[in-house]
Amino acid sequence: MATHAGELTQEAVRVEGLHRSFNKTGGVLNGLDLEIAPGEFVALIGRSGSGKSTLLRALAGLDRGVDGWGRISVPDKVSMVFQDSRLLPWRRVLDNVVLGLGGRDAKDRGRKALAEVGLAGRERAWAHQLSGGEAQRAALARSLVRDPQLLLADEPFGALDALTRLNMHTLLRELCERHRPSVLLVTHDVDEAIVLADRVIVLDGGVIQSDVRIDLGSRRDPADPRFAALRRQLLNALGVDLDADGLVRDPDPDDLASDRPDRSRGVDRKAAS
Amino acid sequence: MTVPTLAKHTGSGEPDLATSDGTTRVDERVRLRRLGPGDGIPGGILLGPALLLAFWAIGSATGFIDERTLSAPWTVVETARDLWADGRLQDGLVTSATRVALGLGLGIAVGLVLALVAGLSRTGEAVIDGPVQVKRSIPSLALIPLLILWFGIGEEMKVYTIALGVLVPIYIHTHNGLRTIDSRYAELAETIGVGRVAFVRQVVIPGAMPGFLLGLRFAVTSALLALVVVEQINATSGIGYMITLASSYGQTDVIIVGLVVYAILGLVADGVVRLIGRKVLTWRRTLES
Repeated sequence: MATHAGELTQEAVRVEGLHRSFNKTGGVLNGLDLEIAPGEFVALIGRSGSGKSTLLRALAGLDRGVDGWGRISVPDKVSMVFQDSRLLPWRRVLDNVVLGLGGRDAKDRGRKALAEVGLAGRERAWAHQLSGGEAQRAALARSLVRDPQLLLADEPFGALDALTRLNMHTLLRELCERHRPSVLLVTHDVDEAIVLADRVIVLDGGVIQSDVRIDLGSRRDPADPRFAALRRQLLNALGVDLDADGLVRDPDPDDLASDRPDRSRGVDRKAAS
Repeated sequence: MTVPTLAKHTGSGEPDLATSDGTTRVDERVRLRRLGPGDGIPGGILLGPALLLAFWAIGSATGFIDERTLSAPWTVVETARDLWADGRLQDGLVTSATRVALGLGLGIAVGLVLALVAGLSRTGEAVIDGPVQVKRSIPSLALIPLLILWFGIGEEMKVYTIALGVLVPIYIHTHNGLRTIDSRYAELAETIGVGRVAFVRQVVIPGAMPGFLLGLRFAVTSALLALVVVEQINATSGIGYMITLASSYGQTDVIIVGLVVYAILGLVADGVVRLIGRKVLTWRRTLES
């Protein structure tokens, strides 16, 4: 989307007063404002139902037919990575990466992108022959080959095992430092947000509840006391209260109930008797 | 119990499995047969037909099977050679194969176009889907009287009857294939800026291909069924005509030759469809293996 004449903005992404709702009863996004600078890596966290995915889909232009208003300005080249890799099963990996790309050098660029995510030599593999981590790396290559100015990622590592996820963090950091797109990453993992992002935004009730800058430099060690402090701050913002040992004080019965319906019923019965 | 060593253990561990006389004790659990039917017999598929052929040959030789009921296999082979020598077999085969090919071609083309239009636009679906479903409930062969009135008893009627039988399975399965393509792929195509043409070529057509090929296999079967029927009414050429004629003269050998030709037609057609499937669905084959 073009910027307005005479008003050259510095931001890659600018969202003003964004409202979105799926039914009449209440909004999912209630007048959200957000700016992301070029090359800035922003992580978005929040409880389920806080509007993370709705915001991301609005920025990706995937929310046609959803009620709402507000202004969104995003760069021309936006690319999205989903929680599932969404590789077409009937196309080989390289063809998936260059899907819909024109030009004679498309395949070469695709090969280069695959090499960059460490998948050189797997160009002719079918999507289902890749492991979960490899498939997600191919999906990253598919986004990067399009030189996005804005990369949207919807819990891209949510379905990966812990070890693979750590490797993917390193890879994503490297790729972003090389290509410098603006990034908006939705995650439910506070540590992941701190490790990766320049800024972490906590969404609650459809507005930004807090906006925390991460000034830890490039080496981010979870054992660092500053890391722990940020972690505590963000968890607090999410409504989780930690005691001095880093354990959750007064676990919210609603949260436990939503995790374990069978146990919560037992608790209810005890409370009633 | 002990059995001769079949394969050496790779590791040096598990000494309890090796006995002093150099044999290996096999874990009983490993020896338990799985619940499936077990390994296939090499060439097993030929066993049944071979037995049947043997029964036929022995029955004919001993006189157990009357020559008027069913000619002996060697008589059939001889008749086939004679029919081939005077050209009647080739003529009939070419005529019949042409009918099937034309009917299949026409039915596939129409069925595919209808399926694509109905699959890619809601308006198209609203207009097309109803009539095709109505057509589906009427067996194509029931339309023959009407088709004879419209197109006469010539080739046209025969080809249209076959095409009508082909159209329905092609449409149903291709349309179903189109509709069951995961909508997440459409979402993906939108977010990475894939155009309409590339979307149809890269996502829609390959995604609907398994459905189309399934429809094609049904279509081939119904085309051959329709062929057999149309060739037995008012035909003056083709394998069916040859069979009908032989029936009135009591020539069981000629009838058998005709049936074998039908079988070969069916096998070849099915083989071609399978071959196409293998070429086109490589990605699926690797998924299954």
